[in-house]
Amino acid sequence: MSSSPSINAIELRGVTKRFATPSGGIHTALRDLDMEVAPGEFCAVVGPTGCGKSTTLTLVSGLEKASRGTVKVDGRPVTGVTPGVGFMFQTDAVFPWKSVLDNVAAGPRFRGAGRRKANDAARDWLRRVGLAGFEDRYPHQLSGGMRKRVALAQSLINEPRVLLMDEPFAALDVQTRSIMSDELLGLWEQTRPAVIFVTHDLEEAIALADKVIVLTAGPGRIKATFRIDLPRPRKAQEIRFTDAFVSLYSEIWEALRSEVETAYARSTAEVTT
Amino acid sequence: MAVHQPAVVAVDADEGSVRSRISGRVRRRILINVCRVALLGGALGGWELGVNTNHIDPFFWGQPSGIYKQLKTWITDGTPQGSLADQILVTLQEAVYGFLIGVSLGVVLGIALGRNRFLADLFSPFIKVANSIPRIVLGALFTVAFGFGLTSKVILAVVLVFFGVFFNAFQGTREVDRNLLSNARILGASRWQTTRQVVLPSAFTWILASLHISFGFALIGAVVGELLGADKGMGLLIRSAQNNFNANGVLAGMAVIGVIALVAEALITALENRLLRWRPPQMAGDAGV
Repeated sequence: MSSSPSINAIELRGVTKRFATPSGGIHTALRDLDMEVAPGEFCAVVGPTGCGKSTTLTLVSGLEKASRGTVKVDGRPVTGVTPGVGFMFQTDAVFPWKSVLDNVAAGPRFRGAGRRKANDAARDWLRRVGLAGFEDRYPHQLSGGMRKRVALAQSLINEPRVLLMDEPFAALDVQTRSIMSDELLGLWEQTRPAVIFVTHDLEEAIALADKVIVLTAGPGRIKATFRIDLPRPRKAQEIRFTDAFVSLYSEIWEALRSEVETAYARSTAEVTT
Repeated sequence: MAVHQPAVVAVDADEGSVRSRISGRVRRRILINVCRVALLGGALGGWELGVNTNHIDPFFWGQPSGIYKQLKTWITDGTPQGSLADQILVTLQEAVYGFLIGVSLGVVLGIALGRNRFLADLFSPFIKVANSIPRIVLGALFTVAFGFGLTSKVILAVVLVFFGVFFNAFQGTREVDRNLLSNARILGASRWQTTRQVVLPSAFTWILASLHISFGFALIGAVVGELLGADKGMGLLIRSAQNNFNANGVLAGMAVIGVIALVAEALITALENRLLRWRPPQMAGDAGV
């Protein structure tokens, strides 16, 4: 990495985020959140539904502003959408009216690259995500897993130093999901951006990350941070059967379980009242 | 969630069942066309029969054979005001100009207001009022102000076309998937790039839906403008037929306009299919009526 190791790639200090609800109330998604991710570090964030996991990502990306506290990327405060940050959304966000090639080339084109150069880079990235030969298809002609690969190439082509992923594989079936996990790790090793990977799947979190952060039931605060010292390169499909994995899983699940139960009790209480 | 295409089905299913499905579709299409022709024949035949049995007065309501004769005369001998083709071209020109200008204005302003809250709040009461008044009456004003020529009809057509397109473009802009907008911003798109490459294609589904109705409005604008005062065109032809108590002439004029509208509709559908290629077939398929 070019930046010195002392500067965090992502840093949140005392961040609070409130939203106005449609009914006129105020919803606090995050309260006094502190978080840092080192350059090149893969950080997974787990937590119960509605704990502000996704909100964290929108704050780091600059799509939303924190109500209080500071958000820094590469040591600079985030004031708007920051170049050098990539974002993979939970739902499909590839442009349905652009061909696969144009979708991947969109980033460089938006940033002023010529068509030739952008297309060459896009072809290269499509090859890397295993979609060579699909350049002229439209997204609706691809399977869900292939669309995720397009989205991945679309983000990575900009060579982000920070990659934010919001349950990117949640909509995929289990087999496709573990294949995508391995591909993600392979691609991540090539460019090594700092990653925040939001998920509610603890297995996925441990298999991918260097560090797993457990958030409390909303408003989200950090409950515990776990370092994952499993050796790399990893195979997501195989690593989950190792002893180290299993003991990490039970340790983190212990922290996560009470939060999940709290969130669940709340949601059922809301339904019954 | 996963959208499977007919192409995929064709590979999986055995060929016989695919073929029988295709021939079933062809059969259904033939059946529908036969029924359409039968319906039209029945209506016209009943009308003709009604006239022949003195149940319908052809002085007021005309009769199919009379309309046919009238059309034949116009085509072979020309109309009192010049050849039929000339009249059609004049009306068509007015309608097409009005259509193009109205659609452009509607799309540009619809997207601009859809993207800009301040402008939307500023203009919305004026636009609502302007939309609810019977704009066709303005035709009388335009004829006085802009004369018997092309301009007054084009302006009337623009006024009629604009609102439908505007409201669709506005709504389409508001309905753009927020994820796509966020994604474009993250990927580095400027506001203008987002409008051009995300909002416009996304709103196009809405805009194209309005075009079908809009060309009809453009034709109405042109014809009504001519009815109110013109020296050429289908509207004038209808008007002079009316002045001569020639019901068949009025109806023949309407039939010609109907054919123009049908051809235009086919062209717009072709344009729609071309521009919305990216949509999955089950969405892009027959738009219905």
